Amino acid sequence: MLSIKNLHANINGKEILKGINLEIKPGEVHAIMGPNGSGKSTLSAVLAGREIFEVTQGEVTFNGKNLLELSPEDRSREGLFLSFQYPIEIPGVSMVNFMKTAVNEHRKYKGLEPLSASDFLKLMRERKELVEIDSALTNRAVNEGFSGGEKKKNEIFQMAMLEPKLAILDETDSGLDIDALRIVANGVNKLKTPENSSIVITHYQRLLDYIVPDFVHILYQGRIVKTGTKELALELEEKGYDWIKG
Amino acid sequence: MNNTSKDHLVDLYLDNLDLITENSAEVLNHARQEGIESFKLLGFPGPKSEKYKYTKVEQLFRSDYEKYFSPRKITFKVDDIFRCDIPSLDTHLALTLNGFYLGNPTSLHELPNGVVFGSLAEAAKKYPKLIQEHYNTVASTDDDGLVALNTAFAQDGVFIYLPKGVVLERPIQIINLLMSDENQMVQYRNLIIAEERSQANIVICDHTLSPAEFLTNVVTEVVAKAASNVDVVVMQNQHNQSTQFSHLYARQERDSVFASNTISLHGGIIRNNIHVLLNDTNCENHTYGLALVDRNQHVDTYSFIDHAQPNCVSNELYKALLDDQATGAFNGRILVRKDAQKTEAYQSNNNLLLTADARMYTKPQLEIYADDVKCSHGATIGQLDQEARFYMQARGISEREARLLLMFGFAHDVVGKIKIEPLRERIDELVNKRLRGELSRCHSCPMHCC
Ligand SMILES: Nc1ncnc2c1ncn2[C@@H]1O[C@H](COP(=O)(O)OP(=O)(O)OP(=O)(O)O)[C@@H](O)[C@H]1O
Ligand SMILES: [Mg+2]
Repeated sequence: MLSIKNLHANINGKEILKGINLEIKPGEVHAIMGPNGSGKSTLSAVLAGREIFEVTQGEVTFNGKNLLELSPEDRSREGLFLSFQYPIEIPGVSMVNFMKTAVNEHRKYKGLEPLSASDFLKLMRERKELVEIDSALTNRAVNEGFSGGEKKKNEIFQMAMLEPKLAILDETDSGLDIDALRIVANGVNKLKTPENSSIVITHYQRLLDYIVPDFVHILYQGRIVKTGTKELALELEEKGYDWIKG
Repeated sequence: MNNTSKDHLVDLYLDNLDLITENSAEVLNHARQEGIESFKLLGFPGPKSEKYKYTKVEQLFRSDYEKYFSPRKITFKVDDIFRCDIPSLDTHLALTLNGFYLGNPTSLHELPNGVVFGSLAEAAKKYPKLIQEHYNTVASTDDDGLVALNTAFAQDGVFIYLPKGVVLERPIQIINLLMSDENQMVQYRNLIIAEERSQANIVICDHTLSPAEFLTNVVTEVVAKAASNVDVVVMQNQHNQSTQFSHLYARQERDSVFASNTISLHGGIIRNNIHVLLNDTNCENHTYGLALVDRNQHVDTYSFIDHAQPNCVSNELYKALLDDQATGAFNGRILVRKDAQKTEAYQSNNNLLLTADARMYTKPQLEIYADDVKCSHGATIGQLDQEARFYMQARGISEREARLLLMFGFAHDVVGKIKIEPLRERIDELVNKRLRGELSRCHSCPMHCC
């Protein structure tokens, strides 16, 4: 599904990603952990097509396509989804308008007709229930004045609306209370199919009790320095990162 | 050399004085003399005038504009060439053509007893006392040469009278049409009197119907008496060979509410002046505006909210979206006089520049002489939020669509203040079309002029 080979990326001439290699097959869940500033969000942003990062080396294929050649919107339409570590507030743009435009652009890309107003509202209602998001939130402007946890829930709601093939969840668990964490994790699990995959970026083993990973990678200074199974996360929880850095 | 267009206008006035007075009414003629004297004294606001710093007035009053002084008979049916922009809006409707009252194109809904809605010149003949008492009392001819000029030349316009306690269910709509084979100068005057506890929504639409160049200088006076509630929405949609000076003057009395929302959808050069005098206690004022400006267009707004009495609230929001080489200016003056304790006055001016060539000048001016007040102001000039754009693209929304959603969201802040739902929806739609570049002609207009 996703194949990253020797990926290097810069920002303002400073190299952040220094040769990432990662293979993700359909249906797999990969967790990425690593200390602050190690490049986890940079990797997500590069995959999503954020222009401020410059890819200097390497290649990424996504479902057989050269991902790096696609515009951010086409990456999304191809089935890549990034749940932002810091979701953006967009005053003046309503959630409904935003989601309707997104869903219909995805449909257009697939050669489908736009959803009728009533079908769209039905879909909204259904997916809202799935992530137990308050109706009041979807009547507001995108993320405007949402609490930290509400923003994270809203990311998962958008994911539920767009049904991606590969979801990258960048610290979706941080800022969530215990109930919200369970709800969000359940939402992610309910959306899971044998074909779609996810990359779960987190600092806490706790999330991995809910979303059980097939592999755990440790990113350190722009490289994946260790890969293991879910036990690796437990080990990190216990020992911290010093033994990696050392 | 310096005074050519001023002298030209004074000559034009003197040469046509008979025609001007003949085709107007005594009350207006009475004020004319004072108007022209004042104009002779003041002349055009010059580059040194802080109020007109960003719009060079004199050179816009070129001498090649024609001006006619007796209303033209029209040989066509207005319905045939003009379709209302807001068809679902069921209004009391009146039309003007080049500043002269034309009548109403469809049968007028019956107006409540005592309401007057029609030609200002006609009304001034019928109700001279009423009009004498208010005409030229809100606008002042002694500090703005353009208002003086208007007072000298204005022969007609629209008059609205709301008797005590009358609440109009349907909005009143005035459609100002500009249509002529030659380039035209148009000067007219509107007067709105809202007696105690009366209420009305008023929609004013400005349109050009022929490709000639137009120069408009219009003054609208509003008297909002005690506990009245007057809400004015102005939609400016003219082609880019038009120049418009629009002066809106309102005087509010005790417990009154006055709101204005000026949507500058399209035009060549637009200068909007809004003067509000909060003349008694407990008044509420809302002054809003939105300008969508592109190519070589220019929209310049001056507002003056004068808190003269205690316990009043004013709320002001102006937004401009500037594309290409467009320029804009906002000068918002708020004066809180010594007696105006417990004033609340808020102002914000937000501007979006879509290109590196677009220019916006903004200047908030707060002068506060009372000590127990709540005032705030803020001005921003920014670009489209790149992070927000990327966020939307990351959800599959194209860059163009993302930019449009952001622009539309920016504009909707102002459009959203419009209370009449069908009007709000329609203007949202027009704004959307305008931003998408689909308003290549003024939508309702048969011309392909912009
Ligand atoms: N826009 C930027 N400008 C300059 N440096 C940046 C920018 N974005 C990221 N960096 C730098 O890149 C490095 C990696 O940052 P990144 O956000 O990818 O870390 P992270 O692993 O996600 O950390 P955290 O766990 O704190 O979220 C950091 O040193 C950061 O300062
Ligand atoms: Mg991060």
